[in-house]
Amino acid sequence: MNRIKSIMRARSMLLGLIILALICVAALSANLIYPADPFDIVARANLWPGSPGYPLGTDMLGRDMTSGMLHAARISLIVGVGAAGLSVALGTLIGVVSGYFGGWVDDCLMRLTELFQTMPSFLFAILLVVILQPSIGSIVFAIGITSWPQISRLVRAEAMRVRQQDFVSAALTMGIQHPAIIWRHILPNSLAPVIVAASILIAQAILTEASLSFLGLGDPSVISWGSMVGAGRSSLRTAWYMTAVPGAAIFLAVMGFMYLGNGLNDLLNPRTEVR
Amino acid sequence: MPALAKYMLRRLAQLLPVALIIVLCSYMLLRMAPGDMVDVMAGESGSATPEYMAQLREQFDLNAPGYVLFGRYLNNLAHLDLGYSFRNNMQVAELIAQRVPATLTLMLVAVVIAAVLGISLGAVSARYRGRWLDEVISTLSTIGFATPVFWVGLLLIVVFSINLRWLPSAGMQTIGGVDGFWPSLLDRLRYMALPALSLSFFYLSIYVRMTRSAMLEVYGLDYVRTARAKGISELCIAVRHVLRNALLPLVTITGLQLGSLMGGSIVVETVFSWPGLGRLAFDAVFQRDINLLLGIFLCSSFLVILMNLLVDLLYAMLDPRIEIRS
Repeated sequence: MNRIKSIMRARSMLLGLIILALICVAALSANLIYPADPFDIVARANLWPGSPGYPLGTDMLGRDMTSGMLHAARISLIVGVGAAGLSVALGTLIGVVSGYFGGWVDDCLMRLTELFQTMPSFLFAILLVVILQPSIGSIVFAIGITSWPQISRLVRAEAMRVRQQDFVSAALTMGIQHPAIIWRHILPNSLAPVIVAASILIAQAILTEASLSFLGLGDPSVISWGSMVGAGRSSLRTAWYMTAVPGAAIFLAVMGFMYLGNGLNDLLNPRTEVR
Repeated sequence: MPALAKYMLRRLAQLLPVALIIVLCSYMLLRMAPGDMVDVMAGESGSATPEYMAQLREQFDLNAPGYVLFGRYLNNLAHLDLGYSFRNNMQVAELIAQRVPATLTLMLVAVVIAAVLGISLGAVSARYRGRWLDEVISTLSTIGFATPVFWVGLLLIVVFSINLRWLPSAGMQTIGGVDGFWPSLLDRLRYMALPALSLSFFYLSIYVRMTRSAMLEVYGLDYVRTARAKGISELCIAVRHVLRNALLPLVTITGLQLGSLMGGSIVVETVFSWPGLGRLAFDAVFQRDINLLLGIFLCSSFLVILMNLLVDLLYAMLDPRIEIRS
C-alpha cells in the first residue's frame, strides 16, 4: 500500500516536472521558431485551430496564436518566478527577524503581516500597477509585495523553533553577533518548508499576473496569456478558442507548479503522511 | 451581554491601527500617483494655462506641507468624504455606496455555495481517505485551485449562455425588471447563477482541502475510537463527532480568505458585467481614476475588517471554550 502511494506521489511530481519542462521549452524556443514579433499581423483573422500553417489559429486581428502562446510563456515564467522570489526574500527576512528576536519586534512585524493578510491584496496590486505604470517590473513588485505574509508566518514559526535549540544558545555564549547567528544557524534550518511554499507561490503569482493582464493591466509591450484571454473575450460568441487556448496554458502552468510543490512537500516533510 | 460588548470593543481597538495604516498606505499611494487634483481638473476641462493651474493650487492650498495635507485627508475621511470622481461627475462615496450591496450579495452567495459543497466533498474525501473517491475529489480540488477565475467564468458563458442558452451572461437582472415578487426573485437568481458559481469555484477547493485535513486530524483522536467502540454508525461518527469539531478552523479560514474573495469578485464582476464594486474598480482602472480606485480600496479594506470582526464574533459564539473575557 505504501509503495503504491509513493509511486503515485512520484508520478504527480513527475507530471509536474514534465509540464514545467514543456513550458520552459516553449518559452526558450519562442524566438527560434517565431523570431517575428507576436503582435505582427500575419494571416487572415479568425482562423480556427488546425488551419494549415497556424496550428492554434489566428486571433481577431490575424495574429498567429501559436507565436503568441510561446512568447507569452516567457512572461508568465519570468513574472511567476520573479514575484515569488521577491516575496520569499521579503517574507524570509521579516519572518526570521520576528521569530528570532521575539518581543516587541515580533509584535510589530506580526501586526504588519496581519495587515497585509487582511487587506484586499489584489486590489492593492491593481493600485500599485496603475500608479507605477504597467510593466513587468511593476507587476513583479506588486505581486511580490502582496504575497509575502504566508512565507513570513512559516519562517517565523521555524525560526522560533530553531531559536530554542542548544547550538543557538552555544553560539550566543560564544559571543557571536545576532546577524551571524541568523545567517549561519537559523536560516539554513528554517528553509525547508519555504521551498514547498515557494513553488505554490509561483503558481499563485502566475494566476495573479494572468488576472492583472486580463483586466488590461499587463505590460502593454509584451504579450501574455492573460492579455490574450482578455482580448479574445470580445469574440467569445464566434471564436471561443481565443479564450480557451491561452486559459488552458495558464491552467497547465499553475498545475505544473502545484504538482511540483506537492511532490516536494512529500519529499521534504515525510512526517505529514505517516498517520 | 456586556462581556461580548467588551470583547468586541477590544477587537475594534486592535483593528483600529490596521485601519489607520491602510489609510496611510492609501494616502501615500495618492501622493505617488502622477499628477494631483489640479492636473485632473485641468485635464478634464481640456485647456488650462500654467498660471491658472498655479492659482488653483494656491486656492486649494495644495502647497501645504505633507502632514497638513495628510491631516486634511484624515479629516475628509472622517466626514466620509472620499473626494470627487471627475469622470463620473459624482462623489466617490456616493458611487461606492451604490455598488456595495451587489458585491456583498455576490460574495455571500459564493461563500455559501463554496462552504456547503466544499465541506460535504471534504467530509466524503476524509471518510474515504486513500480510496479512489478521495483521489478523485483531491484531483478536482487541485484543478479548482489552478483554474483562473476569469477563465472559468468565460467558459461557463460559452457553455451555458452561448451554446445552451440557459442562463444570461451579463448584468444583475432583466433590464426594466420583472413584475411580481417570485418571478423577479427567479430572474435575479438566474442572473446570479454563473457569477456566483465562478467565484465559488476557487474557494470550493480551499474548503475541500481544509475540511479534509481538519477532519483527518479529528479522526485520530481518542473519543472517535471510543465512539467506534460504542458501536455508533460510521455516518453518525463522521457527521456528529468529527465534522462538528472540524468546522471551527473553517470559520477562521473564511475570515482570512475574505480579502482575496474581494479580489476574485473584481475579476468575476468584470467578466459578467455585475454592477458591483469590482466592476466599478475595473472602470476606474480603465479611466485611470485614482481617486475612485483609492476610495474603493479603502472601502473594501474596511468591509473586510468589519467582516473579520463578524467572523470573530461567530467564532466566539460557536466555540464555548473561547472565553469572552474583558
